Amino acid sequence: MSNDTFRDLSQNPLVQRLGVPRIPVLRRHAVGAPLLDGPAVVGAIGAGRFAEPVRALLEEAGVTETTEGKVAAVVLDATAATTLDDLSAAQAFLTPAVKRLAPNGRLLVLAPEPSDDPEAAAVAHAFDGIVRSAAKEVRAGATANLLVVTPDADVASSVRFFLSGRSAYVDGQVVHVGAPVGPPPAESDEEHPLAGRVAVVTGAARGIGAAIAETLARDGATIVAVDVPAAGESLAAVANRTGGTALQLDITAADAADRLLAHLRERHGRVDVVVHNAGITRDKLLANMDADRWNAVLAVNLRAQLAINAALLGSDLLSDTGRIVCVASTSGIAGNRGQTNYAASKAGVIGMVRALAPQVAAKGVTVNAVAPGFIETAMTATMPLATREGGRRINSLRQGGLPVDVAETVGWLGRAESGGVTGQVVRVCGQSLIGA
Amino acid sequence: MTRSARQAAVIGGNRIPFARANGAYAQATNLDMLTATLDGLAARFGLAGERIGEVAGGAVLKHSRDRDLTRESVLGSRLSPATPAYDVQQACGTGLETAVLVANKIALGQIESGIAAGVDTASDAPVALNDDLRRVLMRLNGARSLGERLRAIAGIRPGQVVPEIPRNAEPRTGLSMGEHAALTALEWHVGREAQDELAAASHRNLAAAYERGFFDDLVTPFLGLTRDQNLRADSTAEKLARLKPVFGGPDGTMTAGNSTPLTDGASAVLLGSDEWAAEHRLPVLAHVVDAETAAVDFVHGGDGLLTAPVHAVPRLLERNGLTLQDFDFYEIHEAFASTVLATLAAWEDPAFAKERLGLDAPLGAIDRSRLNVAGSSLATGHPFAATGGRIVATLAKLLHEKGRDTGNRGRGLISLCAAGGQGVVAILEAA
Repeated sequence: MSNDTFRDLSQNPLVQRLGVPRIPVLRRHAVGAPLLDGPAVVGAIGAGRFAEPVRALLEEAGVTETTEGKVAAVVLDATAATTLDDLSAAQAFLTPAVKRLAPNGRLLVLAPEPSDDPEAAAVAHAFDGIVRSAAKEVRAGATANLLVVTPDADVASSVRFFLSGRSAYVDGQVVHVGAPVGPPPAESDEEHPLAGRVAVVTGAARGIGAAIAETLARDGATIVAVDVPAAGESLAAVANRTGGTALQLDITAADAADRLLAHLRERHGRVDVVVHNAGITRDKLLANMDADRWNAVLAVNLRAQLAINAALLGSDLLSDTGRIVCVASTSGIAGNRGQTNYAASKAGVIGMVRALAPQVAAKGVTVNAVAPGFIETAMTATMPLATREGGRRINSLRQGGLPVDVAETVGWLGRAESGGVTGQVVRVCGQSLIGA
Repeated sequence: MTRSARQAAVIGGNRIPFARANGAYAQATNLDMLTATLDGLAARFGLAGERIGEVAGGAVLKHSRDRDLTRESVLGSRLSPATPAYDVQQACGTGLETAVLVANKIALGQIESGIAAGVDTASDAPVALNDDLRRVLMRLNGARSLGERLRAIAGIRPGQVVPEIPRNAEPRTGLSMGEHAALTALEWHVGREAQDELAAASHRNLAAAYERGFFDDLVTPFLGLTRDQNLRADSTAEKLARLKPVFGGPDGTMTAGNSTPLTDGASAVLLGSDEWAAEHRLPVLAHVVDAETAAVDFVHGGDGLLTAPVHAVPRLLERNGLTLQDFDFYEIHEAFASTVLATLAAWEDPAFAKERLGLDAPLGAIDRSRLNVAGSSLATGHPFAATGGRIVATLAKLLHEKGRDTGNRGRGLISLCAAGGQGVVAILEAA
């Protein structure tokens, strides 16, 4: 049973006969699960460079390609598309392919970065519209996402993520993938893609932070779970469940960055993944806002991230496959009534990510943000029913996401192999109408 | 003296905030508290699933069901179930004695790592069956025939519903610990004002230590309590001066403010060899240099119940070629403010040194600014067996901080008095 009673009831055939739409039960990654639970179809427009590597990746993952019947995934390499005729070819491939898409299927399109040529740029950007619209059309838990890639991009970890159950609640997203920053990483085991990596997760005592710690640990990472001392009891439980360590630290303290760095230096000698998840809300309409509420939110959600990033990047602790992942929010993209302070902090995080990414690329470090939409947590469980139901249903998957959906996205961005993804803001929102 | 080749390292500690009796932990058992404390320690040092050399722990007030309390706590914790454990009991010295035992085994090379722990609850105290009723039931249990059973049952009397309640009194004198301490305070002319000042300093120091985040890696919250419940950050000697005496009669100097309250809590200290710490990339805060236990005849002799450390410390100093002034920190357990002050007075007294300690000169005075600098039992409260672990971890961190900030390899003295006329004292040195 989930928190979502309506979704559970809608699985019942009797309820469905009343005309109630069935809310899909999403395919999520489980340990040992295959990349896809069915065959795939792969197409290419012209001389796309990525169709063959994608086929090889699928074959390695044990996924067969088929020309008829239901498919678990449709992948289109449109990176060579430059003309409107190419766009017609895309439609000719996608229409029959999408018809064959099975429940919880994946539509993944690879498109080129827009060039200077007006028609080619138009065509490149057209895929944005195609994929976002298709995401709203595909049914039964299926998703559609777009990778905008440069010719020298390494797309493997991103293709795997978007095809797998790990991206269950990531829908209608556009992610740019370029040449990997830093040296090519050693090949990792797909069952433990974070093996050997040290990951710091702030705000790890509960909710989304705890799920991030658990998911990264499941994927092989060594967890340093950070939260305020007052949350120490649940933080210890998370640390023990993940086989990691608990660091009780108020990240807004003046010496917090020093203490975090000293801890990492002493206990691990380095850090590979830094997840800035800690966040608070102090909601108030702007007209009634006071400085305490404003400053408290900015201190935790933004100032602490800036200070820790500056300290880490000024040290030799962040490895040459360092991955900084910041948890933003769709509130920071779309705004939310009563949340000028929170939205300021979360939009600020997005600004920080975009500024920092090009500056640290030479170190092999990427910086990205994930922006959760409506995620089922203890906080949303206490919302008034109407607000909660509204939040759950106004997205293409017609349900709230789970903390693990955010965590899986963080895990993908945290991989050494995801060096081509930087400066991105990936929403984990089921293609919510808010902030779309 | 001959030294072993290695000294045990104090790696760190964990305790739950101490709660006033019938406060935040009113429903928690010793087993609950000790298990949570071990889990907090495991989380801090990444010990989930780790086999530790041994866990030595104990409680002063124990239910009969708490047989092998420490082992049961280990089994309930995230430590590897292959971690052996045993119980120790030496009144309020229990928590320090477990640290000494574990440190000694590490020094001898018998184990590479160990946890010293202690726990006590005054809220969930072992109220036992009335002793007469217990005898009747034992007879009934041993009865072989219906007749014997009936005769046994006939021995039940209404008065036997009154249970046996553990008392905070010495079995051999009938006096409570506070009454004993009051006698000692009188003997050493310890004044009310000095006691209240010591108590206020304890609260002030503890509050300041919390404020600067000192306990962030020493304490893990439990059952919603995040700081010691007894802490009064705004306590002053003036406020404390208004309290009425509770021990030593109407003219007594000892109040609820300058005596420790009944408290619930648990603590644990992680010890290991330097090699084990290095292998696990864990810090070495300090080393356990040496320890001494003393006992005094408070029943027939002239010694106060809580004055054994007065005798233990000079023996420890002599064995280590140190003077009382050779320390950067003094951790003298504040069972009562008067106990600390009487202990210091005894060390300063030439006649006592000569007649009772057999020394030519007294140990002398200490720099009081080095005493209990992060607060002690008057502010934290005193869950009997948990106090030793609290002090060892606190002192080790103080030494480590001082070493880091000044480059000095500091030294600290721990002195713990215990019921039964016993005292456990130890020396730690910064790593």
